[in-house]
Amino acid sequence: MTVAVSILPEQQLAALNAAYRQAVARKRLRLLLGVVIFAAALVLAAIGAEVNLRTLFTYFGNFISYFDRILTLDNGQRVWTDFGEWLWGWRKWLKMLGETLLISYVGTLIGATFAFGLNFFAAENTSPSSWLRFAVRRLLEFARTVPGIVFALVFVIAFGLGPMAGVLAIAIHSTGALGKLFSEIVENADMKPVEGIRSTGASWLACMRFAILPQVTAGYASYALLRFEINVREASVMGFVGAGGIGQELVVAIRKFYYSDVSAILLFIIITVFIIDISTGWLRGRLFGREART
Amino acid sequence: MRARYPDVFDRPASARLAMPAMIVAAFAILIYGLVDLDFSPSRFFAGLSQLGWISLMMIPPDPGSSLPIYLKALGETLSIALLGTTLAAVFALPVSLLAARNVIPSQILRFPVRRFLDSIRGVDTLIWALVWINVVGLGPFAGVLAIAVSDFGAFGKLFSEAIEGADQKQVEGIRASGGSALHEIRFGLLPPVLPVIAGQVLYFIESNTRSATIIGIVGAGGIGLQLAEQIRVLEWQKVSFLILMILVAVAAIDFISGKLRFAIIGRRAVA
Repeated sequence: MTVAVSILPEQQLAALNAAYRQAVARKRLRLLLGVVIFAAALVLAAIGAEVNLRTLFTYFGNFISYFDRILTLDNGQRVWTDFGEWLWGWRKWLKMLGETLLISYVGTLIGATFAFGLNFFAAENTSPSSWLRFAVRRLLEFARTVPGIVFALVFVIAFGLGPMAGVLAIAIHSTGALGKLFSEIVENADMKPVEGIRSTGASWLACMRFAILPQVTAGYASYALLRFEINVREASVMGFVGAGGIGQELVVAIRKFYYSDVSAILLFIIITVFIIDISTGWLRGRLFGREART
Repeated sequence: MRARYPDVFDRPASARLAMPAMIVAAFAILIYGLVDLDFSPSRFFAGLSQLGWISLMMIPPDPGSSLPIYLKALGETLSIALLGTTLAAVFALPVSLLAARNVIPSQILRFPVRRFLDSIRGVDTLIWALVWINVVGLGPFAGVLAIAVSDFGAFGKLFSEAIEGADQKQVEGIRASGGSALHEIRFGLLPPVLPVIAGQVLYFIESNTRSATIIGIVGAGGIGLQLAEQIRVLEWQKVSFLILMILVAVAAIDFISGKLRFAIIGRRAVA
């Protein structure tokens, strides 16, 4: 049996080849155009951001030596040769870290509570009226778009220096972020139980309580834990503007060039963030293992 | 009904008490936290009335005569976000290959790379900004470097996850046809992964516009510098104008990058 390989006539082949080449060329041109626009934007941005490669190369040694300096004790030894000297302030730092954790905990819980109260009004399927939904959504958007530290700056002036401003800033930011996520969970919830409960003559509140809530609590808790993790990081810099926590110590150490203190505090922060990441991850798996897998 | 579904109606006491106990514990820590962090009601309400005054003074938003400066600062912020993210992505791509399980099978090689990325990520952008200010001086350049470094950590992780999620069949095909390890990465791994990565980079440019607005607070350039200054001198009308500018800029970037993201990955996701 012979296999017939159909070969197109020369002329037809040439036309198809030309069309193919044209299509490829057009695609390449588009890609090239995109690259050129992107490069132009980068150059423009480099001018805008006053990028100076000469400064970078001149001072890049500083970056390396900065790490060298923060890893050196006052007496010229490496930090890890004398832990007692390096971590001399561990009592104070642990206390500040505890404050940071408390700030993020309290802030997250308050934020989650508010988000919980608001999210049913923001969700497409449960909101009692569309203007209310619009208003709540804009409110949440505002709360999460303004950076937490800007709120902290304003609150420090209103409430005075101290962790209170940090807590409130984190609470507002968390309300915005969690409110959106919570309402998305609600939008994905099954509406049949709601219909069932409404058909028994229940009020809106009862519908939410008995039809929606059982479906969504696991998702809520999971997102709240995730937010707590993020907030620990955020709370570690709240001290920069005077809103409490370990950031205050860190910014003082950096500004006053207490080099070994900088590395010690950073070590504390990094370890704390690791521990929080790992333990919340473990807790999430433990609490919601089944939901996460399905 | 009770008789038919005993485990719904007669759950053991421990199961019934677990949830309330957890809630009580959570609120006990909350109360402790409020006391420990000096939350007194009098201070709270005094601050609240102060806050009310501040918000009243914010109306109407008014840039005064410094609108050109603010526009320049906003441009600076956008530049910082764009450059910082691009730099981070460029440097993170090769490193993320080293952290991906399907490229580097050796656990011993991967482990240090991953922990390195984690430590970079554990340090906040603001802290990196302070460090870079020590190196290259005050100004937006320090901001670019700060965003580049802290995103490097995030990208390294995200990219390596994208690479691990890629289909291995193409890579095997290239290996079967005699391609080298570099060929495998270039022709087998990168084509499916690049659109995912591009989407993530665009998303980060968006979120970095937000971070770039605040690194100015520690002196690393951009609109945050103006914002912190105006808050410190209590020029509330200018503050509200700056906040509005940030909101508008973030919304615009959201919109543009959303469109671009859809253009890059949308078609593939649909097809």
